[in-house]
Amino acid sequence: MLQEKLQDVFNEPGCSTNQAKSEKERKKGCSKALKPGAAAGGCAYDGAMIALQPIADAAHLVHGPIACLGNSWDNRGTKSSGSQLYRTGFTTDMSELDIIHGGEKKLYKAIKEIVQQYDPPAVFVYQTCVPAMIGDDIEAVCKFAAKKLGKPVIPVMAPGFVGSKNLGNKLAGETLLDHVIGTVEPEVTTPTDICIVGEYNLAGELWLVKPLLDEIGIRILSCISGDGRYNEVAQAHRARLTMVVCSQALVNVGRKMQERWGIPYFEGSFYGVSDMSDTLRTMARMLVERGADKAIIDRTEGVIAREESRVWRRLEPYKPRFDGKRVLLFTGGVKSWSMVTALEGAGLTIVGTSTKKSTKEDKERIKKMKGEEFHQWDDLKPRDIYKMLRDSEADIMMSGGRSQFIALKAKVPWLDLNQERHTPYAGYDGIVNLCEEIDKTLSNPIWRQVRLAAPWDMKPDAKPDARPVGA
Amino acid sequence: MGTIQRFPHSAKAAATNPLKMSQPLGAALAFLGVDRCMPLFHGSQGCTAFGLVLLVRHFREAIPLQTTAMDQVSTILGGYENLEQAVRTIHERNAPALIGVATTGVTETKGEDMAGQYSLFRQRNPALAGLKLVFANTPDFSGGFEDGFSAAVTGIVEEVVQPSETTVKGQINVLAGCHLSPGDVEELRDIIESFGLSPIFLPDLSLSMSGRQPDDFTATSLGGVTVEQIASMGASELTLVVGEHMRVAAAALELKTDVRSVFFDRLTGLEASDRLVRTLSELSGRPVPAKLRRQRETLVDGMLDGHFFYSRKRIAVALEPDLLYAVTSFLADMGAEVIAAVSPTQTAVLEKLKAATVMVGDHSDVETLARDADLIVSNSHGRQGAARIGVPLHRMGLPMFDRLGAGLKVHVGYRGTRELLFEIGNLFLSREMDHDEHGHAHGHPHGDGHEHGQHCGSGSCGCSAG
Ligand code: SF4
Repeated sequence: MLQEKLQDVFNEPGCSTNQAKSEKERKKGCSKALKPGAAAGGCAYDGAMIALQPIADAAHLVHGPIACLGNSWDNRGTKSSGSQLYRTGFTTDMSELDIIHGGEKKLYKAIKEIVQQYDPPAVFVYQTCVPAMIGDDIEAVCKFAAKKLGKPVIPVMAPGFVGSKNLGNKLAGETLLDHVIGTVEPEVTTPTDICIVGEYNLAGELWLVKPLLDEIGIRILSCISGDGRYNEVAQAHRARLTMVVCSQALVNVGRKMQERWGIPYFEGSFYGVSDMSDTLRTMARMLVERGADKAIIDRTEGVIAREESRVWRRLEPYKPRFDGKRVLLFTGGVKSWSMVTALEGAGLTIVGTSTKKSTKEDKERIKKMKGEEFHQWDDLKPRDIYKMLRDSEADIMMSGGRSQFIALKAKVPWLDLNQERHTPYAGYDGIVNLCEEIDKTLSNPIWRQVRLAAPWDMKPDAKPDARPVGA
Repeated sequence: MGTIQRFPHSAKAAATNPLKMSQPLGAALAFLGVDRCMPLFHGSQGCTAFGLVLLVRHFREAIPLQTTAMDQVSTILGGYENLEQAVRTIHERNAPALIGVATTGVTETKGEDMAGQYSLFRQRNPALAGLKLVFANTPDFSGGFEDGFSAAVTGIVEEVVQPSETTVKGQINVLAGCHLSPGDVEELRDIIESFGLSPIFLPDLSLSMSGRQPDDFTATSLGGVTVEQIASMGASELTLVVGEHMRVAAAALELKTDVRSVFFDRLTGLEASDRLVRTLSELSGRPVPAKLRRQRETLVDGMLDGHFFYSRKRIAVALEPDLLYAVTSFLADMGAEVIAAVSPTQTAVLEKLKAATVMVGDHSDVETLARDADLIVSNSHGRQGAARIGVPLHRMGLPMFDRLGAGLKVHVGYRGTRELLFEIGNLFLSREMDHDEHGHAHGHPHGDGHEHGQHCGSGSCGCSAG
C-alpha cells in the first residue's frame, strides 16, 4: 500500500522537477539518498505533521515512542483564529511492552480517549518508524475506531524512514485526497469559492491576504491547511478554483482535485509585490472563466493598483537606509524570487543564494535575472559561509533558523525567513514588514559594540572603530 | 500533609502534552559537554532534526548532531553499513576528538547488536584505532532524557577514563547530572576552585553551551571537558557525584579507577550547599573562603525574608526526576506544600519525594492536579496548561524556549539557591500585591481561572506567554 503511494507520489506529473526527469530517474523517487554522517533535515512524518497540523480543530495523535512527538511538539508558528486543539500534543508514547505485544490496542484506546475527552471533528493518526517496523496496522485500527466512535479517524501513512520532509508533505496531501476532501458538502457555495493549498498561516500570514480577498469578493472555502478547520478541508471539492502555494510539496493535491472534480488549479505565491499581484489577477481571471461575475476583475485591478502604489510608497523611506547594503540569502526554491525583486526595489543588493533546494529551471531563471557573477551555491559548508560573513562579503544574512548561529557567531545581522519567525511576510504588507525587520536589524547599535575587542585584547594600532564604548 | 498518593503510572493510553523527552536527546546533551565531540544518532534522520531543534531553541547555540540516516532498506537489512559510513564521514570531515553514538527506537527495535557493531567497526577500521568512539544504548521506547544522559556519561567513562598509579593533589572529578545547567556547572567550578581545588567536570556544559564566541566556525562541539582530561580522571583525589542518575556512571568510574566518590542527591538548598562546602573544606584542608561565608549569610537572610511568601503555598512541580527532587525538596525546606510532583519517567528518586501526589505523567496531568495551586514549576511546555487554569508558571528545566538565558540559570550553592528563592518568592509577592490592588480576597484566589487571567499582565505567569 505505502509502496504504491510512494511510487505514485514520485511519478507526480504536476511536479516540475519530475517533468524534467527521465522515466528511469523518476522511478528512483524524489528523495536523494542521504549520506550517513552528513545529512540534515526532517523525516516524512515531520513533513506530514507540518502539512496537516494547521487543521486546528482536529486532534493530531502520533503513534510511536516518545521521540517523534516528545521532542517536537509545539515548535511551529502556525496560527489559528479559533480552536487551539492542534497545539495539544497527543502520542501513544509506546513502551517496550507495546513493541513486544504490538501497539494497536493502545492506539485504539488512545483514539477513544481523545474522542471522549475532546470531541474533535476528526482525529489524524500519524504512523512513525517503530510501529511501522513491528507491523502495527494503523489503517485497520483507524477504520475500526471510525466505525466504533462515529468520527473520521484518518491514518497518515508517513513513517519517518520512507524519506524526507518534502515527501511527507506529499503523503499528507495524498491522505487528504483519500480520506478527507469530498466527504462533507458545504451548506452554501458561491461562484467565487476558492481552495488554497500549501499555505500554513505561519505567523498569521494568511491574515494579511484574506482581507484583500474579502474586499475583492473571493471566498476562501478551504485553506489547506493554514488556520484550517476539518470540515472546511473536507468541503474543498466544491471550490471553483485551487491555488497551490508556490512550493512543489502539495502540487499533487491541486492536480488530483482537478482530475477528480474538474477544479482547475494554478501555482502562485503570496510573497513579493509582483507575485502577489499576479496571484490576485490569476484568481480573478480563472474564476470569471468558470462563471463568476466579471466585476471581480475590475475590483481586483482596483485593489492591486491601490496596494502596489501604497507598498512602493511605504518602501520609499527604506531606500536611502538600504543603499549599498548587501544581503546573503539562504532559502531554497522559487519562493523567494519575487521577494528578492521587492527587496531590490527597496534598495538592497542580493549578493548570493544557496540553491540546494532549487530545481535546474530555478537556477536558470536566477541566472537570467541576476547575471553570471551572482553567486549560486549548491552546498556551501557552514565554515565557508562563516568566513564570507567574517570577511564582510555581506551586511546581513537571511535564512532558516538552523543557520542563524553561523551569522551571529560571525557577528553579522541575521533574519529568520522560515517557520520559527513571528513576523508575517506574505502579501503587500508582508514585504513592508520584511523591510522593517531588515532595517531594525541592520541599524541596531549592538553591531558596533559586539565587534569591539576586549580592552585587554586591543592592539595599540587598533582601527578607530575598535575603541571601547564611550571612548 | 495527608498521606502521600503515589500513582506509578497514569492510566491514560495517550500521553497528552508530554513532559517526557527521549533517551537519545539526553545522550546528545551529555556528549555536547565534551570538547570537539560529534554526537551521532543511529537511526532515521527525523529524530536527529527534532532533537537538534529542541536543543537550539533552549540553548540558542549551534548544536552539532549527526545521523546515520537509516532508510527503509537499511532499517530492514541492518544498519551497520550506515553506522560505519557515518563515523568515517564525520571523521573525515570534522576530525572530532570523540564521536558519541546513541541508538534510537529504530535501531533498537531491530535489535541491532551494538557491542558487536562496535567490535566490527574496530576490526574493519584499524587505521582509526585512535578515534574515540562511545556507544550508548538509548531506545526511545524506554526511559527518558535523564536515562540517556546517564548512559552516555557511563559510556564515556568506560571508553575514555584510564586508571592511574598516581594521584594529583587537589584534582577532583565531578559527575554532573543533566539537572545542572551550564550556569550551575560554572557556579560549581567557582565554589570548588575557591578551595584551591581543580575540578574536572564530566560532562562540562559550562564550557560548550553557555555562549562561546569562536574564532572560527567548527562543526563539532566547541569547548567542554577534553578527552585528555577525561582520561586523567583516574588520578583524582575524589569524585563528586551530583544526581541520582549519575550513580551508574559513578560506579563505573570507581570500578575503573578506585577513586573514592561522594554522592550528592541535590545541591539546591541551605543544608545541601552546606554539605558540599564542608566536603570541599575537609578535602582541601582550607577554611571556607569569605565569599562563600557572605553568600551563606545572605541566603539565610533571604530565607527569613522570603518564608512569609512560601509558607503553605500550594505548588505543583513537573520536571525531570533529579531536578524534580531538588526543587520539591527546596520548596519543602521553605515551608511550601508540594501538592503534586510529576515526573516523565519512573525512577528510584520518586520514592524520596515529599509531595502530596507523586506521579509519572504529562503536562495534562499537571493541569488536572494544579487547578487550585498557587504555582506550577515546569518547562516552557507547561505554559499552555498553566494559562488555561490561570496558575502562574515558573520555568525550569528543558526545554525553555520562551525565555532568554535558559542555559545560564543558576540554582545550586548558596548563591543559586538564593536566586531561585527570590525568583519564586517574587512571583508570590507580586501576586499578593496585585490581588490587594484588585481588591481580591486572599485564601482561594484561583477559584476561577478566567477571573484570574485578567490580573496577570506581569508576564510572570503563563497567561501572557501563551
Ligand atoms: S525518523 Fe521515524 S522515529 Fe525518527 S522522528 Fe521521524 S518518524 Fe519518528
